[in-house]
Amino acid sequence: MGAIQPKVSEPVSDELALVEAAKAGDVSAFEELVRRYDRNVFRIAQHITQNREDAEDVVQDAFFKAYSNLKQFQGQSKFYTWLVRIAVNEALMKLRRRRPERTVSLDEEVKTEDDSVPREVADWTPNPEQQYSQAELRDILDRTIHGLPATFRTVFVLRDVEGLSTEETAEALDLSIPAVKSRLLRARLQLRERLNKFFQRRERVNGSQKPSSGDGNQ
Amino acid sequence: MKCADFLHELTDYLDGVMDAGTKAELEEHLAWCHNCYVVADTTKKTIEIYRDSKLYELPENLRTRLRTAIVAKCQSRKKSGSEGAPS
Repeated sequence: MGAIQPKVSEPVSDELALVEAAKAGDVSAFEELVRRYDRNVFRIAQHITQNREDAEDVVQDAFFKAYSNLKQFQGQSKFYTWLVRIAVNEALMKLRRRRPERTVSLDEEVKTEDDSVPREVADWTPNPEQQYSQAELRDILDRTIHGLPATFRTVFVLRDVEGLSTEETAEALDLSIPAVKSRLLRARLQLRERLNKFFQRRERVNGSQKPSSGDGNQ
Repeated sequence: MKCADFLHELTDYLDGVMDAGTKAELEEHLAWCHNCYVVADTTKKTIEIYRDSKLYELPENLRTRLRTAIVAKCQSRKKSGSEGAPS
Protein backbone atom coordinates (compact mmCIF):
# COMPACT_ATOMS: atom_id res chain seq x y z
CA MET A 1 0.00 0.00 0.00
CA GLY A 2 1.52 3.30 -1.01
CA ALA A 3 1.55 6.51 0.96
CA ILE A 4 -0.97 9.22 0.21
CA GLN A 5 0.21 11.45 -2.60
CA PRO A 6 0.90 14.89 -1.17
CA LYS A 7 -1.16 17.73 -2.49
CA VAL A 8 0.85 19.83 -4.94
CA SER A 9 1.17 23.31 -3.55
CA GLU A 10 1.12 26.33 -5.78
CA PRO A 11 4.34 28.22 -6.39
CA VAL A 12 4.81 30.99 -3.87
CA SER A 13 7.84 32.66 -5.37
CA ASP A 14 6.09 35.96 -6.02
CA GLU A 15 4.16 35.86 -2.77
CA LEU A 16 6.61 37.85 -0.68
CA ALA A 17 6.63 40.55 -3.35
CA LEU A 18 2.82 40.73 -3.12
CA VAL A 19 2.98 40.91 0.66
CA GLU A 20 5.60 43.67 0.53
CA ALA A 21 3.53 45.64 -1.99
CA ALA A 22 0.42 45.23 0.17
CA LYS A 23 2.37 46.40 3.22
CA ALA A 24 3.32 49.50 1.28
CA GLY A 25 -0.37 50.21 0.68
CA ASP A 26 -1.05 48.47 -2.64
CA VAL A 27 -4.55 47.08 -2.10
CA SER A 28 -4.58 45.38 -5.51
CA ALA A 29 -1.58 43.29 -4.43
CA PHE A 30 -3.53 42.25 -1.36
CA GLU A 31 -6.54 41.49 -3.56
CA GLU A 32 -4.34 39.03 -5.44
CA LEU A 33 -3.56 37.29 -2.14
CA VAL A 34 -7.29 37.15 -1.41
CA ARG A 35 -7.91 35.51 -4.82
CA ARG A 36 -5.19 33.00 -4.09
CA TYR A 37 -6.49 31.83 -0.72
CA ASP A 38 -10.16 32.75 -0.34
CA ARG A 39 -11.38 29.27 -1.28
CA ASN A 40 -9.08 27.65 1.29
CA VAL A 41 -10.04 30.06 4.04
CA PHE A 42 -13.74 29.53 3.30
CA ARG A 43 -13.35 25.74 3.42
CA ILE A 44 -11.43 25.83 6.70
CA ALA A 45 -13.95 28.25 8.23
CA GLN A 46 -16.92 26.16 7.15
CA HIS A 47 -15.31 23.00 8.50
CA ILE A 48 -14.74 24.60 11.90
CA THR A 49 -17.93 26.61 12.29
CA GLN A 50 -20.20 24.17 10.39
CA ASN A 51 -22.24 27.21 9.42
CA ARG A 52 -22.30 28.96 6.08
CA GLU A 53 -22.98 32.50 7.32
CA ASP A 54 -20.29 32.23 9.95
CA ALA A 55 -17.85 30.97 7.33
CA GLU A 56 -18.61 33.99 5.12
CA ASP A 57 -17.97 36.31 8.06
CA VAL A 58 -14.73 34.51 8.88
CA VAL A 59 -13.44 34.98 5.31
CA GLN A 60 -14.07 38.72 5.50
CA ASP A 61 -12.80 39.17 9.03
CA ALA A 62 -9.69 37.02 8.57
CA PHE A 63 -8.55 38.79 5.41
CA PHE A 64 -9.27 42.21 6.84
CA LYS A 65 -7.41 41.35 10.03
CA ALA A 66 -4.50 40.06 7.97
CA TYR A 67 -4.43 43.30 5.95
CA SER A 68 -4.60 45.43 9.09
CA ASN A 69 -1.76 43.49 10.73
CA LEU A 70 0.45 42.89 7.70
CA LYS A 71 3.30 44.79 9.29
CA GLN A 72 3.49 42.09 11.96
CA PHE A 73 4.05 39.43 9.34
CA GLN A 74 7.80 38.99 9.36
CA GLY A 75 8.09 36.39 6.63
CA GLN A 76 9.51 33.65 8.86
CA SER A 77 6.60 31.44 7.90
CA LYS A 78 4.60 31.26 4.69
CA PHE A 79 1.97 33.95 4.33
CA TYR A 80 -0.65 31.21 3.94
CA THR A 81 0.27 29.58 7.29
CA TRP A 82 0.08 32.98 8.97
CA LEU A 83 -3.32 33.64 7.34
CA VAL A 84 -4.64 30.21 8.36
CA ARG A 85 -3.72 30.93 11.95
CA ILE A 86 -5.79 34.12 11.87
CA ALA A 87 -8.69 32.36 10.12
CA VAL A 88 -8.73 29.46 12.60
CA ASN A 89 -8.85 31.89 15.53
CA GLU A 90 -11.70 33.85 13.95
CA ALA A 91 -13.60 30.63 13.24
CA LEU A 92 -13.14 29.36 16.80
CA MET A 93 -14.41 32.67 18.16
CA LYS A 94 -17.55 32.28 16.04
CA LEU A 95 -17.99 28.74 17.30
CA ARG A 96 -17.62 29.80 20.93
CA ARG A 97 -20.16 32.56 20.44
CA ARG A 98 -22.63 30.15 18.89
CA ARG A 99 -22.09 27.37 21.40
CA PRO A 100 -21.16 29.14 24.63
CA GLU A 101 -22.20 26.12 26.66
CA ARG A 102 -19.37 24.08 25.21
CA THR A 103 -15.73 24.83 25.71
CA VAL A 104 -14.02 24.98 22.37
CA SER A 105 -10.29 24.89 22.60
CA LEU A 106 -7.75 23.32 20.33
CA ASP A 107 -5.47 22.27 23.12
CA GLU A 108 -8.16 20.86 25.38
CA GLU A 109 -7.22 17.66 27.13
CA VAL A 110 -8.37 14.72 25.12
CA LYS A 111 -9.65 11.64 26.84
CA THR A 112 -8.31 8.15 26.48
CA GLU A 113 -7.46 6.71 23.13
CA ASP A 114 -10.30 4.19 23.35
CA ASP A 115 -12.48 6.13 20.97
CA SER A 116 -9.97 5.62 18.18
CA VAL A 117 -9.50 1.89 18.42
CA PRO A 118 -11.16 0.40 15.35
CA ARG A 119 -14.25 -1.47 16.43
CA GLU A 120 -15.61 -2.42 13.08
CA VAL A 121 -13.23 -3.78 10.51
CA ALA A 122 -14.98 -4.29 7.22
CA ASP A 123 -13.62 -4.00 3.73
CA TRP A 124 -15.08 -1.27 1.52
CA THR A 125 -16.27 -1.56 -2.04
CA PRO A 126 -13.50 -0.63 -4.50
CA ASN A 127 -14.78 2.91 -5.26
CA PRO A 128 -17.18 3.45 -2.39
CA GLU A 129 -17.81 7.10 -3.17
CA GLN A 130 -19.26 6.16 -6.56
CA GLN A 131 -22.24 4.42 -4.96
CA TYR A 132 -23.70 7.83 -4.20
CA SER A 133 -24.59 10.93 -6.16
CA GLN A 134 -22.36 13.96 -5.61
CA ALA A 135 -25.04 15.57 -3.44
CA GLU A 136 -25.57 12.43 -1.36
CA LEU A 137 -21.83 11.99 -0.90
CA ARG A 138 -21.36 15.60 0.20
CA ASP A 139 -24.18 15.16 2.69
CA ILE A 140 -22.62 11.97 4.11
CA LEU A 141 -19.17 13.55 4.40
CA ASP A 142 -20.60 16.73 5.89
CA ARG A 143 -22.62 14.92 8.54
CA THR A 144 -19.77 12.56 9.33
CA ILE A 145 -17.12 15.22 9.91
CA HIS A 146 -19.67 17.35 11.77
CA GLY A 147 -19.70 14.71 14.51
CA LEU A 148 -15.99 15.08 15.31
CA PRO A 149 -14.83 17.44 18.07
CA ALA A 150 -13.65 20.80 16.69
CA THR A 151 -10.06 20.09 17.64
CA PHE A 152 -9.96 16.89 15.58
CA ARG A 153 -11.72 18.20 12.52
CA THR A 154 -9.52 21.31 12.46
CA VAL A 155 -6.34 19.26 12.41
CA PHE A 156 -7.83 16.90 9.82
CA VAL A 157 -8.91 19.68 7.48
CA LEU A 158 -5.57 21.50 7.63
CA ARG A 159 -3.45 18.38 7.16
CA ASP A 160 -5.54 16.17 4.92
CA VAL A 161 -7.87 18.49 3.04
CA GLU A 162 -5.70 21.59 2.68
CA GLY A 163 -2.41 19.71 2.53
CA LEU A 164 -0.45 21.67 5.15
CA SER A 165 2.55 19.82 6.56
CA THR A 166 2.54 18.61 10.16
CA GLU A 167 4.92 21.45 11.06
CA GLU A 168 2.76 24.09 9.34
CA THR A 169 -0.37 22.73 11.03
CA ALA A 170 1.37 22.85 14.42
CA GLU A 171 2.41 26.43 13.77
CA ALA A 172 -1.02 27.52 12.54
CA LEU A 173 -2.79 25.96 15.53
CA ASP A 174 -0.14 26.67 18.13
CA LEU A 175 0.09 22.97 18.98
CA SER A 176 3.12 20.75 19.40
CA ILE A 177 4.00 18.32 16.61
CA PRO A 178 3.13 15.24 18.74
CA ALA A 179 -0.24 16.84 19.56
CA VAL A 180 -0.96 17.38 15.85
CA LYS A 181 0.00 13.80 15.04
CA SER A 182 -2.10 12.32 17.82
CA ARG A 183 -5.17 14.37 16.91
CA LEU A 184 -4.71 13.59 13.24
CA LEU A 185 -4.56 9.84 13.86
CA ARG A 186 -7.67 9.94 15.98
CA ALA A 187 -9.55 12.14 13.50
CA ARG A 188 -8.67 9.83 10.64
CA LEU A 189 -9.65 6.68 12.53
CA GLN A 190 -12.90 8.13 13.82
CA LEU A 191 -13.93 9.31 10.36
CA ARG A 192 -13.08 5.90 8.93
CA GLU A 193 -15.17 4.19 11.58
CA ARG A 194 -18.14 6.48 10.96
CA LEU A 195 -17.96 6.06 7.17
CA ASN A 196 -17.98 2.26 7.48
CA LYS A 197 -21.73 2.01 7.47
CA PHE A 198 -21.97 3.86 4.17
CA PHE A 199 -19.06 2.33 2.31
CA GLN A 200 -18.58 -1.22 3.49
CA ARG A 201 -18.83 -4.05 1.03
CA ARG A 202 -22.29 -5.59 1.04
CA GLU A 203 -22.43 -9.35 1.30
CA ARG A 204 -23.98 -10.94 -1.73
CA VAL A 205 -27.22 -12.81 -1.08
CA ASN A 206 -26.07 -15.86 -2.98
CA GLY A 207 -22.39 -15.42 -2.38
CA SER A 208 -19.96 -16.28 0.36
CA GLN A 209 -20.52 -14.82 3.83
CA LYS A 210 -16.98 -13.58 3.93
CA PRO A 211 -15.93 -10.45 2.07
CA SER A 212 -13.25 -11.18 -0.48
CA SER A 213 -9.91 -10.35 1.01
CA GLY A 214 -7.66 -10.86 -1.93
CA ASP A 215 -8.41 -7.98 -4.25
CA GLY A 216 -6.84 -5.29 -2.14
CA ASN A 217 -3.93 -7.24 -0.78
CA GLN A 218 -0.47 -7.18 -2.17
CA MET B 1 4.82 -6.17 15.80
CA LYS B 2 1.38 -6.07 17.40
CA CYS B 3 -1.72 -4.46 15.90
CA ALA B 4 -1.62 -1.66 18.51
CA ASP B 5 1.96 -0.82 17.43
CA PHE B 6 0.87 -0.77 13.82
CA LEU B 7 -1.98 1.58 14.63
CA HIS B 8 0.38 3.86 16.50
CA GLU B 9 2.51 4.24 13.35
CA LEU B 10 -0.40 4.44 10.92
CA THR B 11 -0.34 8.20 10.40
CA ASP B 12 3.37 8.31 9.59
CA TYR B 13 2.99 5.24 7.38
CA LEU B 14 0.15 6.79 5.35
CA ASP B 15 2.08 10.05 5.09
CA GLY B 16 5.16 8.19 3.90
CA VAL B 17 7.38 9.77 6.55
CA MET B 18 9.34 7.00 8.19
CA ASP B 19 12.65 5.24 7.87
CA ALA B 20 12.96 2.22 5.61
CA GLY B 21 13.39 -0.22 8.50
CA THR B 22 10.14 0.75 10.25
CA LYS B 23 8.31 0.78 6.92
CA ALA B 24 9.49 -2.76 6.18
CA GLU B 25 8.32 -3.93 9.62
CA LEU B 26 4.89 -2.39 9.09
CA GLU B 27 4.54 -3.93 5.64
CA GLU B 28 5.52 -7.31 6.97
CA HIS B 29 2.73 -6.98 9.53
CA LEU B 30 0.28 -5.90 6.81
CA ALA B 31 1.17 -8.94 4.73
CA TRP B 32 -0.39 -11.31 7.24
CA CYS B 33 -2.78 -9.17 9.33
CA HIS B 34 -5.90 -8.67 7.24
CA ASN B 35 -7.61 -6.48 9.85
CA CYS B 36 -4.76 -3.98 9.92
CA TYR B 37 -4.62 -4.05 6.14
CA VAL B 38 -8.32 -3.17 5.96
CA VAL B 39 -7.99 -0.42 8.58
CA ALA B 40 -5.01 1.11 6.76
CA ASP B 41 -6.65 0.82 3.35
CA THR B 42 -10.01 2.26 4.41
CA THR B 43 -8.31 5.05 6.39
CA LYS B 44 -6.36 5.96 3.27
CA LYS B 45 -9.60 5.97 1.27
CA THR B 46 -11.24 8.15 3.92
CA ILE B 47 -8.52 10.76 3.49
CA GLU B 48 -8.65 10.62 -0.30
CA ILE B 49 -12.44 10.89 -0.40
CA TYR B 50 -12.42 13.96 1.83
CA ARG B 51 -9.58 15.53 -0.09
CA ASP B 52 -11.33 15.04 -3.43
CA SER B 53 -14.83 15.75 -2.18
CA LYS B 54 -15.14 19.40 -3.15
CA LEU B 55 -16.96 19.84 0.14
CA TYR B 56 -17.66 23.51 0.89
CA GLU B 57 -16.71 24.93 -2.48
CA LEU B 58 -17.00 28.70 -2.58
CA PRO B 59 -19.52 29.63 -5.32
CA GLU B 60 -18.16 32.18 -7.78
CA ASN B 61 -20.85 34.82 -7.12
CA LEU B 62 -20.32 34.63 -3.36
CA ARG B 63 -16.58 34.68 -3.91
CA THR B 64 -16.85 37.94 -5.86
CA ARG B 65 -19.13 39.48 -3.26
CA LEU B 66 -16.79 38.61 -0.39
CA ARG B 67 -13.70 39.83 -2.23
CA THR B 68 -15.38 43.12 -3.15
CA ALA B 69 -16.33 43.66 0.49
CA ILE B 70 -12.82 42.83 1.72
CA VAL B 71 -11.16 45.16 -0.78
CA ALA B 72 -13.59 47.98 0.11
CA LYS B 73 -12.75 47.62 3.82
CA CYS B 74 -9.03 47.61 3.07
CA GLN B 75 -9.35 50.71 0.86
CA SER B 76 -11.29 52.49 3.56
CA ARG B 77 -8.70 51.58 6.18
CA LYS B 78 -5.93 52.76 3.91
CA LYS B 79 -7.63 56.16 3.46
CA SER B 80 -8.44 56.67 7.12
CA GLY B 81 -5.50 55.05 8.83
CA SER B 82 -2.38 55.66 6.81
CA GLU B 83 -2.42 59.21 5.53
CA GLY B 84 1.02 60.13 4.37
CA ALA B 85 2.26 56.56 4.31
CA PRO B 86 4.04 55.46 1.18
CA SER B 87 1.68 54.03 -1.40
